[in-house]
Amino acid sequence: MSQPLIGAPLDRVEGPLKVRGEAKYTIDISVDDMLHAVVVPSTIARGRIVEIDDAAARGAAGVVAVMTHHNAPRVNQARETPHDTNLFLLQRDAIEFDRQPVALVIATSFEAATYGASLVRARYEPEPPEMQLDSAPRYVPEDIFGEPAKHRRGDPARALANAPVAVHQTYRTPTEHHNPIETHNTVAQWRNGDLTLHDSSQWAFGVRRRIAAVFGIDPERVRVIVPYVGGAFGSKGTMWSHVALTAMAAKLVDRPVKLVVTRAQMFGWIGHRPQTEQRISVGSERDGRLVAVTHDVLSETSLHDEFVEACGVFSRDLYAVPNYAMSHALPRLNISKPTYQRSPGESTGSFALESALDELSYELGLDPLELRLRNYAQRDPNSGKPYSSKHLRECYVQAAQRFDWSRRTPQVRATRRDGMLVGLGMATSSRSTFRSAASVRVQQHEDGRVVIGCGTIEQGCGSPTVYAQLAAEILEIPYERVQFEFGDTRLPAAPLAAGSQTSGSVGSAIVVAATQLRERLARNGGRVPPGGISFEIEEKPEEEEPYATQGFGAGFVEVEVDPDLGEVRVVRYVGAFDSGRILNAKTARSQFVGGVVWGISMALFEKTRYDRRNGRVMNADLAEYLVPTNADIPNPEIIMIEEDDPHINPAHVKGIGEVSITGAAAAIANAVYHATGVRVRELPITPEKLLT
Amino acid sequence: MLTAPNTTETTIVLNVNGAEHPVAVEPRVTLLDALRDRLGLTGTKKGCDHGQCGACTVMVNGRRIDSCLTLAMMHEGDRIVTIEGIAAEGALHPVQAAFIKHDGFQCGYCTPGQIVSAVALLAEGVAAERGAVQKAMSGNLCRCGCYPHIVDAILEVRGER
Repeated sequence: MSQPLIGAPLDRVEGPLKVRGEAKYTIDISVDDMLHAVVVPSTIARGRIVEIDDAAARGAAGVVAVMTHHNAPRVNQARETPHDTNLFLLQRDAIEFDRQPVALVIATSFEAATYGASLVRARYEPEPPEMQLDSAPRYVPEDIFGEPAKHRRGDPARALANAPVAVHQTYRTPTEHHNPIETHNTVAQWRNGDLTLHDSSQWAFGVRRRIAAVFGIDPERVRVIVPYVGGAFGSKGTMWSHVALTAMAAKLVDRPVKLVVTRAQMFGWIGHRPQTEQRISVGSERDGRLVAVTHDVLSETSLHDEFVEACGVFSRDLYAVPNYAMSHALPRLNISKPTYQRSPGESTGSFALESALDELSYELGLDPLELRLRNYAQRDPNSGKPYSSKHLRECYVQAAQRFDWSRRTPQVRATRRDGMLVGLGMATSSRSTFRSAASVRVQQHEDGRVVIGCGTIEQGCGSPTVYAQLAAEILEIPYERVQFEFGDTRLPAAPLAAGSQTSGSVGSAIVVAATQLRERLARNGGRVPPGGISFEIEEKPEEEEPYATQGFGAGFVEVEVDPDLGEVRVVRYVGAFDSGRILNAKTARSQFVGGVVWGISMALFEKTRYDRRNGRVMNADLAEYLVPTNADIPNPEIIMIEEDDPHINPAHVKGIGEVSITGAAAAIANAVYHATGVRVRELPITPEKLLT
Repeated sequence: MLTAPNTTETTIVLNVNGAEHPVAVEPRVTLLDALRDRLGLTGTKKGCDHGQCGACTVMVNGRRIDSCLTLAMMHEGDRIVTIEGIAAEGALHPVQAAFIKHDGFQCGYCTPGQIVSAVALLAEGVAAERGAVQKAMSGNLCRCGCYPHIVDAILEVRGER
């Protein structure tokens, strides 16, 4: 083959389906005899239901049933493992957070169910909710994703006390809701005790395991089908309560039921990125070499579940710092369980550390880029292992050059253009890379067509395209001859499609499988045997990897700030990322751009606002919970530093869906400081914070 | 106490994508839900049901509107065009082709609304510069962050006209 397929900027194979509106999402699924269910959410955040009056709802036209804690099927709603999620399945009268489900109205149409839901009257005995991060009862988790929640190397307290220059600051990031445009939704259908679910999910196999536990049935009796997923960003990685409620409703009425979570309900039992408060100290020599960093994190969690926003991981693993300590503590609030959102921990943690380093650079009178270069880690400072690959230096150099960083002058509030204050800022990006076991089935038909099956899901990352490219290049056939099947627990098992791990996991399995297929064909004289070939393999990482695996990057930002109105516009963004092997330059760029857009959004717009007196969300819609519009976003310039990383995994890839959000909010905050002289340490950077 | 809604179904005729579709609807049924749940035209998406995201954008008599903010019964006699009617069967509208070429989508969920909005925008005759297109497309939210590529696609089609 003349042109290599891997890396080629091919159009998405599912493109025609998506642009014609023919791609099916769960929300587009209808099955025969299907009823519609709508959740009635609580209007208090803490207390109990005293009485629930559903008589009017039951009498409304089209309503088939109302499910409350009085008549709901008895199921297991408690979690089975510490990292599982407790569900809220109408088993009890207790209310623990705003918009907890208190009833489900099942009717012949969406309209009838919606009207019926408006007629259900719950009377509550409310209690004052616990909503204050700094005063709520807190505890220290035992671990964060299997690693220690506390970590120390050297003697950071002593090193800080002796450091010639130090910055001690506190940074805050707010609660953020993912708000994919396809809200969570489920269709449930029972047949002779077997359950079929269509679900908008990042993990068909996770849903199958959890729903089987809820009903106490063998997972083999559950089939989970995940059509195209209309956005997720972490929010669909956990099976939330409505999935089980839909299946319970289908059982109660003995008919298939569809439940679509409304936009306002997305702020209820669906997880969110937790708010954090991060105390950071950085100490350095006069020349900028860091002697110590400490990073102490508070991140909210719910009353009975644990989620840690692992902010400390970013500062633990990035720079060559001899003395370091991090800690995480979790205040328990009357909120639903927080969850991972695009680059959990490292997006929020990078805002704190990369802001603090910018502050240090002004204390030192040192260029912020030079400060980073002076603390460049040649080995993973946490484990001491060599990196499987690291081209962060090239990221700095190439992005700085493209951006023309050398034009920056250190004075703040010193540059104006057309009446606007102009500022430049930068920050480092970093995201740990990992993978999990994944299985694939490969079939080659006699006519040469190859079908690869894996029960992973498609949420816009380009899986069907890039996996066809990977397999076709190994098999030396046109990529159009490779078809990728996904989204069904009847296919081989795939891990959670999150944490930027899918290409490293599923892609690696495909490399191994395609290589085996090529060898089998070679042994058969290059011919497909009669009846074709079909086999399944599992590929998994080593127990102990000899290398540290991490993706890096650097973001350079130019902002304009209106001195009278405090409005911030990002007018230029240059990001360079070391990304392992790029499988498709077109879809990869889209993922990097997407991460930058999320970074801009985190910096300037997103915040779930609670009335902390009663625990209720005040901006539960897309008019008041701000996400960026087209006009808010510049055209980011993305530089992909290609690297061949044979150590990281058989596909030679690093995850690319998350790294570009890390550092972005700090780079923008740093540019805003340069433009205005105002240091914003609490996101988002809203106009009133700049009007001094 | 709310007054009970009128739940009597009336059969109306909707002109969608050039064809007449008789459909029985209650007065409370939105155009969006009539298209999706009654006519099976699921290309038009529901994202917020409040006119805030633009996923449900369709053209009514050549104007782009949020189909979640209007009732089906109000549109007898109107010309309604959805994503399914943007191009001839089997063909791609130039905007659809440009969205593929420029990767103007990732998950694809907001895409039908973006494309219908873009097709209507080109007919509206918006200015050729990037910023003007961005403002004119700001009623359609994309959460995957494809905005720059959406603008690239629209500018290319506009340039060819």
